[in-house]
Amino acid sequence: MTTEAPMEAQTIFSPELAARFDKLVTLYPVRRSALIPMLLYAQDEQGYVTDAAIREIAQRIGITPLDVRNVLSYYSLLRTKPVGKYHVQVCTNISCMLRGGQKLFEHCKQRLGVGHKETTPDGIFSLEEVECIGACSWAPAVQVNYDFHDNLTADAMDAVLDQYRKQAEK
Amino acid sequence: MPTLVSHPEEVKIVSSRFGKGATDIERYLELDGYQAARTAVEKGADWIITEMKASGLRGRGGAGFPTGMKWSFVPKQSEKPKYVLVNGDESEPGTCKDHLIFLHDPHTVIEGTIIAGLAIGAKMGFIYLRGEYRYLLTIMEKAIADAYAKGFLGKGIFGSQVNFDIVSHTGAGAYEVGEESALMESLEGKRGIPRIKPPFPAVVGLYGGPTVINNAETIATVPHVLRMGGEAYAKIGSERNGGTRLFCLSGHIERPGVYELPMGYNLKKMIYEIGGGIRGGRQLKAVVPGGSSTPVLLPNEIDIGMDFDQVGKAGSMLGSGGVVVLDETVCMVEFALRTIKFYQHESCGWCIPCREGTDWLKKTLTRFHAGAGVAKDIDNIRYLAENMLGRTFCPLGDAAAMPTIAFVKKFRQEFEDHLNGKPCAYAKQTIQEPVLV
Amino acid sequence: MADVTLTVDGKKITAPAGTLLIDACRKAGIEIPAFCYYPGLSLQAACRMCVVRIEKIPKLQTACTTPVAEGMIVATDTDEIKQSRKAMLQLVLANHPLDCPVCDAGGECELQDMTFKYGAADSNFVDVKNHREEQQWSPVVYFDRPRCILCYRCVRVCGEGMDVWALGVQNRGVSSVIAPNGGDHLDCEECGMCIDICPVGALTSGTYRYKTRPWEMTHVGTICTHCGDGCKTTLGMRSSGDGMEIIRGDNRDKSGINGDFLCVKGRYAFDFANHKDRLTQPLLRNAEGKLTPTSWEDALAFAAQRLRKIRDTRGGEQIGIIGSNRTTNEESYLLQKFARSVLGTNNIDHHRTADYVSFAKALAGQEQRAASLRETETAPAILLIGNDPTEQHPMLAWNLRANVRHNRARIYIVNHQEIKLRRQATSFLKISADTYSTCTRFLAGEENSAFGAEATALREALSKEPNLLIVFGAELHGSAIESLVRYGLSLPDTKFACLGDYVNSRGAADMGMYPDMLPGYVPVQQPGAFATEYGERFPAAPGLDLPSMLDAAARGNLAALYVVGSNPVHRYGVAAASLKNTFLIVQDMFLTETALLADVVLPIANLYEKAGTVTNTYGDLQFVKKAADRSGVRTDLELIVRLADKMGADVHSLVPFGQGTRADMGQSRGAQSGEADRHAVWLAAQNLEPKLSPFDPSALLDEIQRLVPGYHFSRLELFSGNDQHVQATAHNTGLVQIVNPAERRDGVLPSEDTLFTSGTLGHYSGKLTEIHDSRNKEILVAAD
Ligand SMILES: Cc1cc2nc3c(=O)[nH]c(=O)nc-3n(C[C@H](O)[C@H](O)[C@H](O)COP(=O)(O)O)c2cc1C
Ligand code: SF4
Ligand code: FES
Repeated sequence: MTTEAPMEAQTIFSPELAARFDKLVTLYPVRRSALIPMLLYAQDEQGYVTDAAIREIAQRIGITPLDVRNVLSYYSLLRTKPVGKYHVQVCTNISCMLRGGQKLFEHCKQRLGVGHKETTPDGIFSLEEVECIGACSWAPAVQVNYDFHDNLTADAMDAVLDQYRKQAEK
Repeated sequence: MPTLVSHPEEVKIVSSRFGKGATDIERYLELDGYQAARTAVEKGADWIITEMKASGLRGRGGAGFPTGMKWSFVPKQSEKPKYVLVNGDESEPGTCKDHLIFLHDPHTVIEGTIIAGLAIGAKMGFIYLRGEYRYLLTIMEKAIADAYAKGFLGKGIFGSQVNFDIVSHTGAGAYEVGEESALMESLEGKRGIPRIKPPFPAVVGLYGGPTVINNAETIATVPHVLRMGGEAYAKIGSERNGGTRLFCLSGHIERPGVYELPMGYNLKKMIYEIGGGIRGGRQLKAVVPGGSSTPVLLPNEIDIGMDFDQVGKAGSMLGSGGVVVLDETVCMVEFALRTIKFYQHESCGWCIPCREGTDWLKKTLTRFHAGAGVAKDIDNIRYLAENMLGRTFCPLGDAAAMPTIAFVKKFRQEFEDHLNGKPCAYAKQTIQEPVLV
Repeated sequence: MADVTLTVDGKKITAPAGTLLIDACRKAGIEIPAFCYYPGLSLQAACRMCVVRIEKIPKLQTACTTPVAEGMIVATDTDEIKQSRKAMLQLVLANHPLDCPVCDAGGECELQDMTFKYGAADSNFVDVKNHREEQQWSPVVYFDRPRCILCYRCVRVCGEGMDVWALGVQNRGVSSVIAPNGGDHLDCEECGMCIDICPVGALTSGTYRYKTRPWEMTHVGTICTHCGDGCKTTLGMRSSGDGMEIIRGDNRDKSGINGDFLCVKGRYAFDFANHKDRLTQPLLRNAEGKLTPTSWEDALAFAAQRLRKIRDTRGGEQIGIIGSNRTTNEESYLLQKFARSVLGTNNIDHHRTADYVSFAKALAGQEQRAASLRETETAPAILLIGNDPTEQHPMLAWNLRANVRHNRARIYIVNHQEIKLRRQATSFLKISADTYSTCTRFLAGEENSAFGAEATALREALSKEPNLLIVFGAELHGSAIESLVRYGLSLPDTKFACLGDYVNSRGAADMGMYPDMLPGYVPVQQPGAFATEYGERFPAAPGLDLPSMLDAAARGNLAALYVVGSNPVHRYGVAAASLKNTFLIVQDMFLTETALLADVVLPIANLYEKAGTVTNTYGDLQFVKKAADRSGVRTDLELIVRLADKMGADVHSLVPFGQGTRADMGQSRGAQSGEADRHAVWLAAQNLEPKLSPFDPSALLDEIQRLVPGYHFSRLELFSGNDQHVQATAHNTGLVQIVNPAERRDGVLPSEDTLFTSGTLGHYSGKLTEIHDSRNKEILVAAD
């Protein structure tokens, strides 16, 4: 059921994001259409979708938190646990597999010392083996957060990781 | 940044503005941008649909449904608002063409959406991008804002009486959401579970209103069709397959990349001439002609024209235009496993055959590939896939079943060779292959 | 809609256009298997079991989503279809634990049945099944996750059916799981519909799980004793040391007035019957003033002798009787007849939860104006004034929701609280609690500035409704009911329903458990046929109502009080001292606050342990079947008869049993005396109609049918387990006037039970208490 959402005066999000949400729900014929983008943007800001975010988003849209969880748990980019500052997503799907994606993933495992869906102790990197990310002609491809890196080799991968580490240490 | 490739044989229509800075609206206008939309506003819906029908353009999302016809199914009168929904969920493994369109030519998508809206009488369009394409969403959002600023969107577009709005929207990681009815569910903020059909989207779609759903490439082609004229566009392609399409060459090929070629272009030529042949001069082992869901072709089956009908006749499908080339070093069991692993991961889980079928195929293939296969596994894999085929709620189940059946059928010997605890003779090569140079 | 003709498996069948193929086939006797399809809930097409082949369509089609079409040619049982179904089953079974030997659903499992039918037991799978831990979601709902086949029935029945939306589907693909709204627990109405509707043993009941196997129970469909809706509940019984113990309540029998529905009470709150504090021996207050166990003979003889003496020396008006909302019609009828014809008093009353008398009066002379519960599911428009059906009449609430879903019924609600059903309402008018009667008069056209535009709009809308069903709660009584009914009658074809609280509150009223009303709302002063039927002791003047009896007792003016299945001391807050000069006989299951003060306590059977009939608050008469059995207790009916007998009354004229037959077959068979229902079993087995024993309720039913105006029904239908709508109000009131209705005290005290309470009885239900407590705990935690 959908009930009119009483607007929450207080928000757990930054003023910019809260303002963006206020706008987002008005763009569509129904508020609920904003749900998935909202979850993703909330995650971008907070690292993962927190319980508090679920509650607030449910309220903003006027649905139950259960309903939010039903949707949230369906989408593989959305998560309810924190990951590293840089989330390294290695594609091993067919086009990438044929060009060494699997091996690249193994390489990252060794290099970062973590496995699939694990985070380095310093919290800088987390690693995930992912399905096709739409970069097949430039395989093997990796996404770090939302940034694409393609045509990778082991060395190129190391360079990419080093750069992120440097950024993190700044 | 994805690299752009080029080949003299290409016929650049959709890709004609790639690499020319057309994300900038001024530049786009210099390159004849928004002219088709302007004309469309003047000439109206009937003219658009006539041109679209004449163009022989068939949907680039996978099924190849004639676009003009699809639009003509939308009822003229409707109580509920009508919508255009652009499918930019591009997730079929082997496919990365929409990626380039959004990256290099976002305004064509906007322009195509406007034209589709005019054709069916919609006042609103949505452009749905997969969640992974966040940087493309940013590009798209800016392009939309610029179009509003120019009066190409919003109230009275191009100085007419017509209003049209576009909202760009992001997904959050789900292949199944590319299926048109699941796409609508997702856009409505729900789990990506497909809808029962009928009713079809053209009659009851987004928010209950009649809706046209097209692939991003299809939509990006529309302005070009109107600019060139439907007939001229049709002539470029093969019979009943108008125009060009973006082919994504990937895998063991010398020059992978996205090439725009006329429909019906010979596959063998595409691999050996356009793509420069098999990487390292190796032997071709197999080709997946249209994204991971299309049945694999053997080297002796690839002397065919790449259009919906000819590939269909060869026992596979043109699909989404992702041509994946496999050389002799590939273990087909491993390849089958990787393919099914994807569908298992992406099955929405709604229906029994797909949810359970993909999972058992994955389990069986995993064990099988690891060398613990038993003889009945091979038949069981085929049994599972054959019993999924045509019986699932949406075509994802078929997309998992079809390639699986083809792998077992065409490479049965390789499966047999994996039995009896024998180490995988093929995979060894793949794994040890020093591709990471 | 017009009918279409189609061919299924070579057979021509017809069905209304728009019917789903699966329903059309099933109606024609053609079995189509399905897990996810469930009539009345939204379509899923997820299980793919219902596939059929339709000519000219390339793929198999799901019968659950295909509407019938003229000339359609369908095959449902070809090899291809069987293979497809078999494969689906194999796939389901691949991950489904084969723990059938310990599974609650074993023997009642749709998956088992289908596997058997399609021979899908063979498996070529080598790998291990996916496993998940089982979870307890509430005191009564457990989720054995690996057994779930994801048919989504539970999710839909909870959301669409109950409007609770406590269940969801999370994750995707093979990781999909059904998940509760509280994270690890359910926050819901605990109706247990999800358990009932689960085709396998994934959702199991906290009261029943791992207790027994279905085939080891005896299943009896009888009527729930709790609220005034009177749902049919199927009780599963197993013999125990001292009788037959109820171990399960559910709604496998969907033939009842409640269709698919059953609420938390019907499903779990039978356990008061097994409560350890249950009385199983008569008690007498001894010389030291302590209640001590005694024999039935002594207890009854003592009580009878005292009653007789009081009647004979001080007069019947010194005796008062308080009856029950949970005894059968036969017992209630007998109790008032006993009062009037044996004790010679009209001092009889009960805890009134609705003003049925005013309702009867208002409908005097009208035919067919009282709606059956069934009509609340079909009426095109309903005006609900007062009450919160979600809490107090869960079945009614279910029907109203279904009616909106299936027929787009318009529901107009007037209430002083924001009741949950407003979510289904076309309009919701909030009024203050003390304005129900002015609001009613406003709707009827009387201007009143207290009501604004909203109320005016409602009045407008109602005036355009051609077939309104007006349902009202106990907020309305006396003249408010009269004016509401008068208003309703001014609209075309309006029907009414008056909401009272317990299983036989309406029956108690219909059976004349009033000081001034005889059965069928016949005024005591104009008794008609009852005058001769009830003999010479029958007093001509109305007696005392319940509060007056209590007052009289307090004044030392009531020598004896006979309380049957009621707890007035608690309900009316009576001080112990005020009953000290009154000889008190209490029939109850427990030592209630009232029983504690009694001189004689007689342990009784409850509704699940007897046969008879009850009338729900809408006037639907239903047959109560004896399910459980408990040694040491007797039915109220037997006790009243025995008391009368011991008082020297003519039992034959009290209970017209064995008319025209000489043999008392019951006793001559040597069965334990008093076990009328055991005789009934034997008699039924011999195809003999019972009624040969004075303890046989059907003998009294004869008399009810003969004497109570409006109690016209088909015995055949009744005994077949079908509800029969009776209208004790609609007949003969034209002949007899109810005297001074405006002046009579209606004495209505709504019990305000919630979903998790049920008067005194509710306190003795361990499960209800547990659920109640667990929810309160959650609320406390949430408040922290
Ligand atoms: C499982 C599945 C995934 C799909 N994914 C996509 C996709 O990512 N992008 C797309 O354009 N079409 C996808 N489709 C096809 C769409 O359902 C739909 O046919 C298409 O968007 C229509 O556009 P077109 O007529 O322009 O091809 C998918 C279909 C299925 C069954
Ligand atoms: S085939 Fe079934 S489970 Fe698979 S994606 Fe489609 S509906 Fe979901
Ligand atoms: S297969 Fe890796 S990006 Fe497509």
